[in-house]
Amino acid sequence: MPRSLFEKIWEAHVIREAEGEPTLLYVDLHLVHEVTSAQAFDGLRLAGRAVRRPDLTVATMDHNVPTLPGPIEDPLARAQLDALSRNCEEFGVPLYATGSGREGIVHVIGPELGLTQPGKTVVCGDSHTSTHGAFGAFALGVGTSEVEHVLATQTLPLKRPKTALVRFEGTLPSGLTPKDVALGMIGQLGVAGGVGHVLEYAGEAIESFSMEGRMTLCNMSIEAGARAGMVAPDETTFAYLEGREFAPSGAAWERALEEWHSLASDEGARYDREIVVDVEALEPQVTWGTNPGMVAPVGALVPDPADYPDPDERAAVERALAYMALEPGTPIEEIRIDRVFIGSCTNSRIEDLRAAAAVAAGKQVAPGVTALVVPGSAAIKRLAEEEGLHRVFLEAGFEWRQAGCSMCLGMNPDVLQPGERCASTSNRNFEGRQGRLGRTHLVSPAMAAAAAIAGHFVDVRELEAVSA
Amino acid sequence: MKPFSRVTGVAAVLERADVDTDQIMPKQFLKRIERTGFGEFLFFDWAKDPDFELNRPECRSARVLLAGRNFGCGSSREHAPWGLQDAGYDVVVAPSFGDIFRQNCIKIGLVPIVLPAAQVKRLYQFGGRELTIDLETQTIEDPSGEVTPFPFDAFERHRLLNGLDDIGLTLEHEAAIDEYEQRRGLARV
Repeated sequence: MPRSLFEKIWEAHVIREAEGEPTLLYVDLHLVHEVTSAQAFDGLRLAGRAVRRPDLTVATMDHNVPTLPGPIEDPLARAQLDALSRNCEEFGVPLYATGSGREGIVHVIGPELGLTQPGKTVVCGDSHTSTHGAFGAFALGVGTSEVEHVLATQTLPLKRPKTALVRFEGTLPSGLTPKDVALGMIGQLGVAGGVGHVLEYAGEAIESFSMEGRMTLCNMSIEAGARAGMVAPDETTFAYLEGREFAPSGAAWERALEEWHSLASDEGARYDREIVVDVEALEPQVTWGTNPGMVAPVGALVPDPADYPDPDERAAVERALAYMALEPGTPIEEIRIDRVFIGSCTNSRIEDLRAAAAVAAGKQVAPGVTALVVPGSAAIKRLAEEEGLHRVFLEAGFEWRQAGCSMCLGMNPDVLQPGERCASTSNRNFEGRQGRLGRTHLVSPAMAAAAAIAGHFVDVRELEAVSA
Repeated sequence: MKPFSRVTGVAAVLERADVDTDQIMPKQFLKRIERTGFGEFLFFDWAKDPDFELNRPECRSARVLLAGRNFGCGSSREHAPWGLQDAGYDVVVAPSFGDIFRQNCIKIGLVPIVLPAAQVKRLYQFGGRELTIDLETQTIEDPSGEVTPFPFDAFERHRLLNGLDDIGLTLEHEAAIDEYEQRRGLARV
């Protein structure tokens, strides 16, 4: 019986199955950060329980950390980070703390350290855990009760999700990035289109993506409502992992390779759904509304609520445009911006920074625009600096910061002021996400850099023709 | 977890699609390290608008939230269901939920009920009035006397009715976990 990538991983992790009950699944890697773990550790303490497998658990600090040097001034943020340090020490969980040189956004450092590997089950108290699916892992976000459950038992009771094969047809047009592909897909599926499903991404375009690109796409799976997203591991995956700190080495590497080669979906594997996305029809994407499904090609106009026949949808579009202060029919390229944020677990990896730097090189950030570049980890920051990318950004008038979640979610000093409009490479344009009453437009790193230079959205493929 | 079997309480209506957990519990309250006390921050930004649906006086004592489709999408923050529960809600009824949010509700004993959109819309008319939600019989009784049955996963229902702790349930199978680790060569060194 041919099996899909998901089925192979699922079946290899089943501890116990019983009629009418959720399956008890083993967790190979549990990633922990400060925001969703404190109450879970408290729960363990109250019940007198230990962390079953601290050796399969890794913690870091990302959501709350300031991206400028100096002490943490917010006492609540400080207390939460201190709680994580104490908890990790008490329960023996390895912690890559701020200043350790290995810290960074949890979904950036997992892969970077070689912890995320094909065939693994990965959980974290964060919805963007779907990122790790890029390696052919089954990776899903969970809540704090489930974090406690995994800490205590290294397992998760889970109802088997449905599967969908998302076939990306055609080759990636020049100038188009994985972020555009992700946003285009969510625009097509809608923000609830993937609910209850694990999405397997396949097709020539996906195979051509680097690991960074695959992580961007898998990261956004949750924005389509999906339980997880995944890509079959291949030579690109193996080349990325080889030599990383926690990747197997020597004979173990050879054994791992053999196992990983067998993970890809078998010919004839069945899925509950099949979805086709035409990659060649896609253009660089810009969101105009208050969820990632409210997205359009950069050359399009802000939509008119009157064009939506479904009354629920019409009401949602009206509310979104009111919040975003946008008039129907406005060309997206005429929307002026105040801020630019290049970073987040979606787009803060070296390839993202290179793409943004390539656009920014030799140009200047438009007057009145503040632009922030935040590498996803301390290691990426070091690498970017070795490559001189920081100088490109600084000379063009961008700020160059320390690693962290930064302006993706406004839990640290990097926030939008009320009414400010931001071109952001992050993953959510929800109301107030980047700061109360802030207005977020999601784009790729290249599009964000182009918007920084132009002062408004612009098709990065035509940037050369625009006067800065 | 407290067992839940039945509640009679005022219904509040939030007829909006795709309400994300960032709205239910905004980021600035995620820095607290306690599990309780989130109720006062529920829908913090929206609640500043005097016309916000849940600011109506009759919603103060609400125990049932009638929501729109894809309620609780987005972030995995359990702080969102903690806030709803702390504000007095026992049940949320919607045409669909975000997966993680729904899972979080189940874990803490906030009952997420899925009904077809038309049936949820019909219930909206009873906003501000009392509904009786019975998990034992899997029914919602409204002021018109009509009784609407709802589907519910049998195992989850059993857990909620008995207030069972998931970790406790799993630890009953500790030997199976040990055995699995042995089989995979993952035994602790």
